[in-house]
Amino acid sequence: MSSLYVARNPRVAARSLDGEMMIMSGRDSTMFTLNRTATILWQAADGATSLEQIVQQKICTEFEIEPDEALRDAETLARDLASHGILQISEEPIVGGDSK
Amino acid sequence: MNGLLEQMTEKALARNIPLSVQLDLTYRCNERCVHCYLDHEDHGEMTTAEIKHLLDEMADAGVFILTLSGGEIFLRKDFFEILEYARLERQFCVKLKTNAIMIHERQAAKIRDVGVESIQISIYSHRPEVHDAITLVPGSLQRSLDAARFLKSQGVRVIFANVLMVQNLQDYQGVRKLAEELGVECTLDPTITPMMDGDRSVLSLGVDQTALRQVFRDQALVGDVEEFCTIAAPADENALSALPCSAGHTACYVSPYGDVFPCVQFPLPTGNVRKERFVDIWRYSERMNEVRSIRLKDLTTCTSCSHVGSCTRCPGLAFMEGNMRGPSSQDCEKSFARTGIPSANMLAKKRASRDLVQIRIMPANSAQPTGAIA
Ligand code: SF4
Ligand code: SF4
Repeated sequence: MSSLYVARNPRVAARSLDGEMMIMSGRDSTMFTLNRTATILWQAADGATSLEQIVQQKICTEFEIEPDEALRDAETLARDLASHGILQISEEPIVGGDSK
Repeated sequence: MNGLLEQMTEKALARNIPLSVQLDLTYRCNERCVHCYLDHEDHGEMTTAEIKHLLDEMADAGVFILTLSGGEIFLRKDFFEILEYARLERQFCVKLKTNAIMIHERQAAKIRDVGVESIQISIYSHRPEVHDAITLVPGSLQRSLDAARFLKSQGVRVIFANVLMVQNLQDYQGVRKLAEELGVECTLDPTITPMMDGDRSVLSLGVDQTALRQVFRDQALVGDVEEFCTIAAPADENALSALPCSAGHTACYVSPYGDVFPCVQFPLPTGNVRKERFVDIWRYSERMNEVRSIRLKDLTTCTSCSHVGSCTRCPGLAFMEGNMRGPSSQDCEKSFARTGIPSANMLAKKRASRDLVQIRIMPANSAQPTGAIA
């Protein structure tokens, strides 16, 4: 599997409320909340770190989960968030991704 | 309210988080609306650096929805710098309120790029002679509508805000039609706000009972008229423990000078962000906590009113009348227009005015009056 890179879409609004991320899509003002795994993924999605590294460094250390399974789940999650315009996904590092 | 936002609001309430803040960037304006309650002189607005610092503090305090308003926000030369900071650096969900007459294609494209939740534009009438006579700026309706088109063509969500008053009473349907044609949303507000210093003279521009009754019986506005105008069941224990509104609970207002109030329509000063941290004012201001402590059951006149369960009573308007636990006469008028039943406040005032003209006949041979003319 080739590496995937994820970056937060800078056009969405986001705030952590008690550990849960509130997200308002800039595309159609739809509101989402992210669960803990999705919040970790969102916070780590700087466009430069690959999804694989995010899973190894942030998700597997937080939850007791097999790396392969975690990566598969994270990829599904990332594609789902991308379909709502919340994340950008690419097979290359994403230049100008939201690095905060 | 959208279900998820409602859940988040409940969570914010439980954690004492100011989820939503209106920040007025300036009171200066390029229109001179006849009903406007603001002093348009600049008495020392916050600088760009002060506003950015405040935005940092607000983001750290958990503020998510940020409404940038004024005065006219586009009169600030640093407006886009502030907007970009709020959106791209601090990820606020930003709503804008403006008369839009300074928005052309370039500004509309910039607003689209930055990404705002919505932009609310004040439109008083579909007829230039009426709208422009309210704003006192010739050509302003045309300019506001051009801006709405530019924004719409960029895919920005536009909402027309129509304040109803004597001058434009017959035009709200025209404004709604115009909004439909342009594919934008429309809100109607029949409440004129008194000046922040308590001057109530602008209230005379507000619409009367007959007009309110007409508005409240317009199906296009209120949906099921019968349901809307029905008298609500008496409020039970649960309802009486309810919060009056979001002011001071999950929302507050900050003026261009850094003063913090529970709401833009509730001018009770609770602190200044130039002197204290925003979050400290929010959490520890005695006045903010007093507002926060009030439940419906603590209200003086309203608890004995048949409308209490369904009334739109605004504690800010009540405060401007002299008592934040008292009734708000403008909401009494609305409840009366809806149902035809006078409010407890109206009945009490009627009694008081009867008492004031109490003249009793003196016994023919008495030296002392037994009654009084107050
Ligand atoms: S009811 Fe009045 S004080 Fe409360 S949020 Fe609405 S305008 Fe503000
Ligand atoms: S109608 Fe007036 S008196 Fe009755 S609840 Fe509303 S504000 Fe209070």
